[in-house]
Amino acid sequence: MTAALFDVPGPQSRRRAAIGTIVAAVLAAALVGLVGWKLYREGEFEAELWQDLGQPNIARAVWLGLVSTLSAAAVAIVLSVIFGAVLAMGRLSDHRVLRIPAAIVVEFFRAVPLLLLIVFVFFGFNNLFSDYWSLVLALMLYNGSVLAEVFRAGINAVPRGQSEAAYSIGMLKSQVMSSILLPQAVAIMLPAIISQCVVVLKDTALGVIIAYGDLVFQANLIAEFVDHTIVPLALAALIFIVINYALSRLAVWLEARFARRGRTSAGAARPTDMQLAPTAGGAGD
Amino acid sequence: MDTLVDNRAEIWEGFRLTLWLLLTSGVLATLLGTVLGSFRVSPVPTLRWIGTSYVNVFRNTPLVIILVMSAAFWPTLGFNDVGFFGYNTFVTFAILGLGLYTAAFVCEAVRSGINSVATGQAEAARSVGMTFAQSLRLVVLPQALRAVIPPLTSIYIALAKNTSITAIVGVPEAAYVMRRLSNKFTSDVYAIFFGIAAGYVVLVLVLSVLLRLAERRLAVAR
Repeated sequence: MTAALFDVPGPQSRRRAAIGTIVAAVLAAALVGLVGWKLYREGEFEAELWQDLGQPNIARAVWLGLVSTLSAAAVAIVLSVIFGAVLAMGRLSDHRVLRIPAAIVVEFFRAVPLLLLIVFVFFGFNNLFSDYWSLVLALMLYNGSVLAEVFRAGINAVPRGQSEAAYSIGMLKSQVMSSILLPQAVAIMLPAIISQCVVVLKDTALGVIIAYGDLVFQANLIAEFVDHTIVPLALAALIFIVINYALSRLAVWLEARFARRGRTSAGAARPTDMQLAPTAGGAGD
Repeated sequence: MDTLVDNRAEIWEGFRLTLWLLLTSGVLATLLGTVLGSFRVSPVPTLRWIGTSYVNVFRNTPLVIILVMSAAFWPTLGFNDVGFFGYNTFVTFAILGLGLYTAAFVCEAVRSGINSVATGQAEAARSVGMTFAQSLRLVVLPQALRAVIPPLTSIYIALAKNTSITAIVGVPEAAYVMRRLSNKFTSDVYAIFFGIAAGYVVLVLVLSVLLRLAERRLAVAR
């Protein structure tokens, strides 16, 4: 990938790279060491803290938080996909009555910060929605609108000949959508949906504004309980990083898999991607 | 409606702070992200590793955690009174948190922008004897800039919306004002929500128009 920027190194540049490697490593280690030392001096890693964190009720709180985070994220992503599909159908409709409202809804919810939506759903309906449902519904409104655009792009990315062929053998509009366009578009969209899962998972943390007991909320409670902030929150962050990293690897893997399949079956399967990436010959290889 | 009019001073102050957060953390994220982006394409393996780790850590952590940690981390390191431009220390911590988080996304945009420049360009730069740094600075980055603007636009728009998250750590920007007002005037939640939401919609629209203008100005036939 980076081969575009430098040649296969000769002896001189190899030496230079080796020196650079060592200097950068030393500088980075010095910086991390200095910060770690300072935190240690301020008692952020003291034995008492680890003792407190070892208590069984801490593990229970973390587990409770993780379950709350995952259950909100899972329900939110399912609802987002459904809501997004409905909105995308609206935006792709031939009728202006459906197209324009769908466009307004999508643009509005994409432009408004999620935090505002959460607060609004929580306070705006006379306590109709619990903290859990306020969070899930707000996540659905925002991520559904984002996914609607992904779905629209995915369906538009299916080569036009596909739907034309389907119409020419007499299929109905709904048949073309359900048995020709959607199955092909899902393959194109799946990586984007998985990436959106990462966003949803991270955004469940915003539930703390209405005191939803997710992982971050529990981490804050634990931080108060053990009277240290950095270590408990770093541990919570670590849990998020592990889950999200695994999800992004999955998305990359799926994308590579579908790209491979796309090349063998339908040559020009992804025309929109070529327009999106303003690339000139072979830079990414 | 009356609530919006009566509290317009507070709402205005909130949006002023939102804009300030967007500006400062945007500058920080762009500078840091560009440096990290050049790390990720550098011939030195350690630098590439630093860039990759940074992106993986900061992109996968919820912004709330970064903001809460930022408010605890800098004072521990001894930065206790770092407010500037009339805003207090906690605003600075929020700016640092937002900037560090967004830098990971800028880094990825810069990297993909650099990778979109044709191989021949860097090869030509090398063949006239430029060093890696020279070819990056004089040949590749100026061209990458154009490819980077569309993804940067979405990053800045996301940043504008993300400034609202600083409400959780008590920074009194627009979302904080909305939370406070909807708590106080429960009967008027709809007007408060749509009023503040309209402010964000306008902010996002203005940002995307400005950045599209910039894109058009920088565009050249290739």
